[in-house]
Amino acid sequence: MRNAFADEVTKLGMVDPRLVLLSGDIGNKLFDRFKAAQPERFFNCGVAEQNMTGVATGLAMNGLRPFTYTIAPFCTTRCLEQIRTDVAYHEAPVTIVAVGAGLAYAGLGPTHHACEDIAFLRAIPNMVVLAPGDAWELRAAVRAVLAQDRPAYIRLGKKGEPLVHGGPLPDFQIGKAITVVEGLDVCLLSTGNMLPEAVAAASLLRQKGVATRVVSFHTVKPLDTACLREAFTRFSLVATVEEHSLIGGFGSAVAEWVSDHLAGGARLIRFGAPDQFFKKSGEHEYARRELGLTAEHIAERLVRAISQPAA
Amino acid sequence: MNALMPTLDGLGLRARAAQLRGRIIDMCHAASSAHLGSSLSCADVLTAAYWHVLKVDPAHPTDPLRDRFILSKGHAAMAIYAALAMRGFFPEAELATYNQDGGRLAEHPPANQLPGVEAATGSLGHGLPLAAGIALAGRIQGRDYRVFALLSDGENNEGSVWEAAMFAAGQRLENLCAIIDYNKWQATDRSNDVLALAPLADKWRAFGWDAVELDGHDVEALARVMQKVPNGSGKPVAIVAHTVKGKGVSFMEDDNNWHYRAPTAAEVALARAELGLS
Repeated sequence: MRNAFADEVTKLGMVDPRLVLLSGDIGNKLFDRFKAAQPERFFNCGVAEQNMTGVATGLAMNGLRPFTYTIAPFCTTRCLEQIRTDVAYHEAPVTIVAVGAGLAYAGLGPTHHACEDIAFLRAIPNMVVLAPGDAWELRAAVRAVLAQDRPAYIRLGKKGEPLVHGGPLPDFQIGKAITVVEGLDVCLLSTGNMLPEAVAAASLLRQKGVATRVVSFHTVKPLDTACLREAFTRFSLVATVEEHSLIGGFGSAVAEWVSDHLAGGARLIRFGAPDQFFKKSGEHEYARRELGLTAEHIAERLVRAISQPAA
Repeated sequence: MNALMPTLDGLGLRARAAQLRGRIIDMCHAASSAHLGSSLSCADVLTAAYWHVLKVDPAHPTDPLRDRFILSKGHAAMAIYAALAMRGFFPEAELATYNQDGGRLAEHPPANQLPGVEAATGSLGHGLPLAAGIALAGRIQGRDYRVFALLSDGENNEGSVWEAAMFAAGQRLENLCAIIDYNKWQATDRSNDVLALAPLADKWRAFGWDAVELDGHDVEALARVMQKVPNGSGKPVAIVAHTVKGKGVSFMEDDNNWHYRAPTAAEVALARAELGLS
């Protein structure tokens, strides 16, 4: 996804003179094309994310459209107060772009994991929170945030994620979830880089005779409540899938909405990371296996849930 | 905008500063709010800024070419509210709503509500990064405004101040000026006893700024140095303004109880008399 981001932001930078790219000393060679094309609108802000976020706010206050970019914990939790007080309180149209959602950088250790960012960011007023499911959704999300006039957070995976969509998404709208696979038995609501895993889980479930709908919630805030209402009305089992803590993330957002707006209705199962740091060494796939965030585990647990309804 | 440099009228500026201090003291008394000492220590900086240096037009507070003033030490909100009202950015009568239910004049300046308030501040260490971004925007957009940020000495404890200092020096933001209200106190102790602040001007120099030390109550000296930004050094300018907390009222000067205390009616009368106000 990060290469798609660099490509898309470079293309947009050519046609939109408001676009300014701020990097937190990350992405070796990633933005070379942007730098070559727009040297006066690229800034390596160093390892100083609080300042980078404040500078971005100052740029946005004056009509520019800055994007800040670094690894997820460093451009979110490291400078959370700057995001809250500078960007969001001033309603400055800054886009914070985080690479390494969830455990994408599992091998780098917990300092580089980000399983709390959605919780923090969505609690902040005025923030739009996006977690695209593949590179096509990401490209569309970058275009969409540039077309609006609000603060936004985009949570990227890393690189080389499987593509789910077949091409550009001209109808992409912030806050409008996309049904990726249709099915009538259970409904999987996925956010961010778990989308390919959710689609694979649906294939496994289909083999077991369970027709599964998969919906990509590329936007966690604002939630597509029409989509939720339909899903929780039509299905008796709905599951959320995210590479994020079960505290405060997408699943929490859905559970909050269900609690506030629906009486009874579908059963909700939430897949996500437990309330603990992932301390073992190992790569992304290993971490997902350990935490049960694989297609196989998702399919298995849903089959069990279907055959053993909750008391 | 782009008016000729105004003639430096030291007598007039000093009279303005006394009026400004009177307004601040009245507001503090009426609202029983904190931060009187901090507001009085920077009154001369604000006077130099709003009555001599800044190219701003109260009738066009969002003019893209205006000079910007960021009150990074947002706890001196009374000082900037009074200065902006006296300069005509909003009615002076509104000062009576300071800290009252339902108003726009909170104890720290709000975002996107009050004409002339460029940024919401109050959490220290935010104003200089914002100011650097605004200064950088001016360069990108080809606008030659200046950006002034007023910091407290205690605020220099914040790491983000020094992140911004290195960024601004690295980007050679010569249209940016940081003024440090060096009143030697922070909330609960002497600022040089809390963290190792001194030598403060040398720190700014070491971070790549053109640093000047002056008497922060010499409104003419302040006006002269601020007016020269950008000063041809190719560097951002730091003015380390040596000040006295509670300046202007003998029984408040250098007494840190006035960080939180509000004056009684009798104390207001005494203070106004000392300031030569009726």
